[in-house]
Amino acid sequence: MPEPVIVSQNLVKRYQDFVAVDGISFEVAPGESFGLLGPNGAGKSTTMRMIGAVSTRTSGDLSVLGLDPNAYGPEIRSQLGVVPQENNLDMELKVRENLLVYGRYFGLPRARVARRADELLEFAQLADKAGAKVDDLSGGMKRRLTIARALINDPRILLLDEPTTGLDPQARHILWDRLFRLKEQGTTLLLTTHYMDEAEQLCDRLVVVDKGRIMAEGSPADLIRRYSSREVLEVRFGSTQNAEVAGRIEGYGERVDVLPDRILVYSDSGENELERMTAAGLRPITSLVRRSSLEDVFLRLTGRNLIE
Amino acid sequence: MRSLRRSRRLRDRRYGSWYVAEHRFRIMRSYAQTVLFTAVGSPLVYLYATGVGLASLVDGNLGDNAVNGVSYLAFLAPALLASSAIAVASEEFTYPIMLGFKWNPTFFGMNASSIQPGQIINGIVISVAARMLITCVIFYVFMLVFGAVPGPLGFVAVLVALLTGLAFGALVMAYTATLKDDTGQLAMVQRFVILPMTLFSGTFFPLDVLPPYLQWIGWISPLWHGTELSRVFAYGMPEPIWLSMVHVLYLATLLAVGWVWARRLTAERLNK
Repeated sequence: MPEPVIVSQNLVKRYQDFVAVDGISFEVAPGESFGLLGPNGAGKSTTMRMIGAVSTRTSGDLSVLGLDPNAYGPEIRSQLGVVPQENNLDMELKVRENLLVYGRYFGLPRARVARRADELLEFAQLADKAGAKVDDLSGGMKRRLTIARALINDPRILLLDEPTTGLDPQARHILWDRLFRLKEQGTTLLLTTHYMDEAEQLCDRLVVVDKGRIMAEGSPADLIRRYSSREVLEVRFGSTQNAEVAGRIEGYGERVDVLPDRILVYSDSGENELERMTAAGLRPITSLVRRSSLEDVFLRLTGRNLIE
Repeated sequence: MRSLRRSRRLRDRRYGSWYVAEHRFRIMRSYAQTVLFTAVGSPLVYLYATGVGLASLVDGNLGDNAVNGVSYLAFLAPALLASSAIAVASEEFTYPIMLGFKWNPTFFGMNASSIQPGQIINGIVISVAARMLITCVIFYVFMLVFGAVPGPLGFVAVLVALLTGLAFGALVMAYTATLKDDTGQLAMVQRFVILPMTLFSGTFFPLDVLPPYLQWIGWISPLWHGTELSRVFAYGMPEPIWLSMVHVLYLATLLAVGWVWARRLTAERLNK
């Protein structure tokens, strides 16, 4: 096994009384796409900032590219690409200029930065926007520009904090496609998300984080296998009826979860469960059989939904 | 992995401040017209208004060698030169800092690269110093054109103005770096710090004309120290050498304190 590029052991970040990150340990291998999945406030961004060498840890051990971020901040950052949760592109500069000034921050010669900027504008599908004002770009374009900017120094690790939050579905898919290409080229990706579909699309492996702690670790498929069933049957009987019906379907499938608006039945075959329900004389208003997802894993692990 | 430590250490660590300055220059280029217009327009307007209007009134009443044995224009011009540096400082060390931390948080973007917080501040100081120097040189050229510089060492007043602007600006920059939100503080600085400072720093009349209980404003004002020193070079205003040294030391101290303080605040604010 190659030497990991990120090693976190018992990482802690405390702000006065509040513990944002409470003993997180994981390793990321070179070329791997690793995710931190969890709800808002789980400590994902704080963890990212510590790895990005812009936040001093309270305790624990952290090594990024073999170096301690506390002592070698600039050296580590010179090898990272960072896509922060909030775009901080320079609104006073044009699209291409944003890449030019950023490339210089890494000490790259002007000619090389200019060449790289043009390549990246192509990659980010923004070549025709090179001379545009950043403010005139759509949300998805700004995000792609931020990713292009993060790639200007050919980073060994790309850190993405909530890369598609706030984007419409089409913009998300374009972005995923770009990230997937990077993954194929062997860039190590570390991303945080509270979207399970994003984690399933992009992550080879992930940790589920809640309240600053790791709840589970594994590949998306592995986690689903371990903490959920193959399929999930979702039925709605109306908000007043759900609780009452729940009593009658106890023992269905592997597990039943009653949520305020719907009931989830975890099973290898959702169809079978639905037939059994119908045979028992139960008539749900709506029913849906779907593949199990990381959302179900999260619900199982924490008893809560990811997006609340 | 070890090679990373050796090979990448240097360039960005050493030149980071210049890269930030480059970034600022690029932004300034987008409002270069404003920079040049104010740099050319303000000496023109001020020197003309004071040289033709106010000076003729003062000289008419008090004689040609009204103040310190020189014309009123020659007395006033070095002070206006120092004020023009203060004007650049009050523009470039306030809103751009607020912008970088809050409204368009580019400082966080810089900090995510190999740039260090202190280098962000250095780069801003370098870029503002450049703009200030251009402004002061243009102002000085107009002073020459208006015949407002009798002394042979007048050009040194440009450097004095630069020091004055940076000394004041560094403090303003540090203060701005403490602000989490702008709820009018920066406008208050304009109104209750910069304006009174201009009025009570011996700009339009010597400080000793003021009643003693108001003179202290001049003594703590970087503008007064800068103005007095400028006059020494512009027309040989009589002043004991120790007092000239005090001016330099005072301004240099303010600059150092503001600069270090701003660097520290920035490091704290960017490390979340």
